[in-house]
Amino acid sequence: MLKVEINGQQFEAEPGSTIIEVADSAGIYIPRFCYHEKLSVAANCRMCLVEVEKAPKPLPACATPVTDGMVVQTLSDIAKQAQEDIMEFLLINHPLDCPICDQGGECPLQDQAMGFGGSSSVFEEVKRSVDNLDLGPLITTEMTRCIHCTRCVRFGEEVAGVMELGAIRRGEDMKISTFLGTSMDSEVSGNVIDLCPVGALTSKPYRFTARTWELNGHKGISPHDCLGSNLEIQEIRGVVKRVLPRDNEAVNECWLSDRDRYSYESVNCNDRLTMPLVRRGENYQEIEWTEALDLVSSGLGQIKETWSGEQIGAIVSPTASLEEFFLLQKILRALGSSNVDHRLRQQDFRDDLAAPVCPGTETSISKFQELDGVLIVGSNIRKELPLISLRLRRLAQQGGEIAVLNPMSFNHNFTTAQEVIVKPSMMAIVFASIARKVATATGKADLLPERLVEFATRHEFGTDVDAIADCLTGDDSDVLILLGQIAMNHPDASMLRQIASWMGENCGIRIALLPDANGVAGWVAGCVPHRLPGGRSNASPGLNSKKMIDERLKAYVLYGVEVSNDYADPVALDTALNEAEFVVSFSTFRSAVPMQADVVFPLAAFTEIDAGYINCEGVTQFASAAVKPMGQSRPGWKILRVLGNFLKLDGFDHVTSKDIITELEEVYDLSEPISVRYKPDLQAINHVVAQSDELKNGKQLDRIIDVPVYSVDPTVRRATALQSTKDADTVALLACAEELEEMGFKPGSRLAVHSKAGKVMLRVQPDDRVPRGAVYVPTGLSETSVLGSFPVVVVQVME
Amino acid sequence: MPVMPAEAILSCEMGFDQLQQAGSMIGSGGVIVMDNTTCMVEVLERIALFYFRESCGQCTPCREGTGWLYRLIYRIRTGVGSASDLDKLVNVADKIEGRTICALGDAAAWPVQSFLKHFRGEFEAKISSQVAA
Repeated sequence: MLKVEINGQQFEAEPGSTIIEVADSAGIYIPRFCYHEKLSVAANCRMCLVEVEKAPKPLPACATPVTDGMVVQTLSDIAKQAQEDIMEFLLINHPLDCPICDQGGECPLQDQAMGFGGSSSVFEEVKRSVDNLDLGPLITTEMTRCIHCTRCVRFGEEVAGVMELGAIRRGEDMKISTFLGTSMDSEVSGNVIDLCPVGALTSKPYRFTARTWELNGHKGISPHDCLGSNLEIQEIRGVVKRVLPRDNEAVNECWLSDRDRYSYESVNCNDRLTMPLVRRGENYQEIEWTEALDLVSSGLGQIKETWSGEQIGAIVSPTASLEEFFLLQKILRALGSSNVDHRLRQQDFRDDLAAPVCPGTETSISKFQELDGVLIVGSNIRKELPLISLRLRRLAQQGGEIAVLNPMSFNHNFTTAQEVIVKPSMMAIVFASIARKVATATGKADLLPERLVEFATRHEFGTDVDAIADCLTGDDSDVLILLGQIAMNHPDASMLRQIASWMGENCGIRIALLPDANGVAGWVAGCVPHRLPGGRSNASPGLNSKKMIDERLKAYVLYGVEVSNDYADPVALDTALNEAEFVVSFSTFRSAVPMQADVVFPLAAFTEIDAGYINCEGVTQFASAAVKPMGQSRPGWKILRVLGNFLKLDGFDHVTSKDIITELEEVYDLSEPISVRYKPDLQAINHVVAQSDELKNGKQLDRIIDVPVYSVDPTVRRATALQSTKDADTVALLACAEELEEMGFKPGSRLAVHSKAGKVMLRVQPDDRVPRGAVYVPTGLSETSVLGSFPVVVVQVME
Repeated sequence: MPVMPAEAILSCEMGFDQLQQAGSMIGSGGVIVMDNTTCMVEVLERIALFYFRESCGQCTPCREGTGWLYRLIYRIRTGVGSASDLDKLVNVADKIEGRTICALGDAAAWPVQSFLKHFRGEFEAKISSQVAA
């Protein structure tokens, strides 16, 4: 440790640390603009100049490593004069438009001009003005305000891995630019707004809607992915105005994905349900709460009496909160039904009984960048979990190896050591083959289950599979196999999970099985048919989300589910709802209500509820309501709690949402680390090749099923700015040029895509990231909903 | 590099230490000799323009300061300067010197400081005559 003196105080410092780091940890503030702890040092703003004994001139604190015995003055005349002079230079060309600037009130330039600047200016020349950039629907620019700190440039280059912004020209003409006039399309682009120390880059949807000092902040948790990013939800007079990241090094650090940052827009939209509704013939009519609750309790009660409780099924959105999951399954089970499931897109449930308490990751999120290697199986990780992808990028930069087994070569923001792209139906076989290679390399080949060996030998693979196995083996290496959405919702998901778990058990590899949204909480709360709260086994398991629909129950409860987008097979669900006697819909948005719903409860949005979320690491985080529910909408747990009373069920006396958590904690310790490995279940290791023999007249191809980043849940799908981004423009079929040529496709001709469920005409985009034998057709979109989730489609060229 | 009047430089040997002692620097070893018909305001304007154009724009004092220096001198040279511009000029140069990443900022400041130290009279005359050079 080195001894350093700052402003007369003695500190100890690690060798290699800089003056600003030592000062920051000691609580001594040195003004800065370009320095940011998550970015490389640029030392170009010169605001952090400090006096260092024996140095001939003031030195930048951000770029000067401390030495033993160094004496630093941050408040001496020399230091203060240097800072004041730099501030004068920064301000000569900065517009004096603070009163109309969104950054006003939270502006480092404004604050530091007050704290470290002079009181007057002698500048009499003409100020510089700079043309604005059109960065797309999320970020607005006022480039005259730019002070050239290059934080945004370094963020793109170093953190996001996309060089969307750069500096062009030089001297006074130097400016930040996109080079080609393109928009910023990165899934984490909004972070440059937080990074920008002036009002050059600000939020477009938030623009001119509030002043920062009027806003009240509340702690939120993002419900859109299984990371559970910490949010700072800011509102004014009960209206959410914007969402910012809340620093949490263990989860989102100081970043936020655009999905988490801008999804709040939909909670203010006029599509919100504000009253309970009842269907009278073709039309819906607003009714009072008591009437709606009466109708639902008598409706469900009648189904139970006429048929049985088992004729009721509940399909729950994975974005629901822990409390909602818990109360909903409690109601269902009290009615005598275990038909409750939140896994809406899952296809393969064969391994349910071998499942652990919940899926998740064995490596904690904060350790992702410290791994030696990662194998990503079936995930467009960059869009699925943008902030995990940033950590993986850091891992790759630090020399870790990332291997990928995907049905399509997605654009990653990190370099991969090895990528194997196979059509979906081959994924499980390739994965088995990788497992065999890994087992052989680690001397565990004898332990391999026979079934697994049989699959591995079905196909001869080349050196690329060996290379993946190499990435996963090595002395004392800490490696992770990560199964994303495509794997978890694959028709062979059981097999993929089994193979991963086997490697986890036997080859010293950690695994991550990543669920949708708040799925971990869904499992823990017992919102799965085969498990009770806390993962206790259920003696009489109910039907999973797929069976519930296949069995055509008499009553359905749809909780936050939009039929055409959220459920794997919208056509089947639609048919089941048509045939059902009683349908209850809990929905935040009017347009998300299915037309078969008999009674509709208006759900409060994620910004309006006290809610618990469990992220993929098993950490429970609580959000507090930022604003009151809109109109007569109510938090889900309150509706369910009162519905329990109306149904005259026992144990629905919760006064606060905390009471629900307390009840859950009687059977499950939320602070306990999770275990995610599946028990060996050979029945599950049984490869299915999907058949599509009823379809003719066209080419049969595997369908790559993936949910586009801005189609994941009803809230995101209604966020207008996000829906205007390039990432939201996804309604197209992607296939490699060779495949299209073979089918006789010419530019201008149209393609009809058939599945067992239906047919749709789609725009075609040749894309060589898609392997032969497969087409990419996104799901989660109303446009492709008629295809259901069949893993095989028949594609026909129309003249 | 700082400019030196003839009386100060004539007796000076051309060497690193000697020039430093005399109040200038050897730099790259290049020397510009100007006679008494040279307008020092015009020369300084030319030098300031050079540094303004050459600034890369990376760090604040040089990016913002070199343009400011040039514009002040341009004003004086074109006969619209004011008396207070001279002190301001030195002041801006002082603020650049020693605060930049590379030596270009220093190199832009030194001529301004030295021209005004040794030839302030020419600048004052230009301002009081209010005639463009």
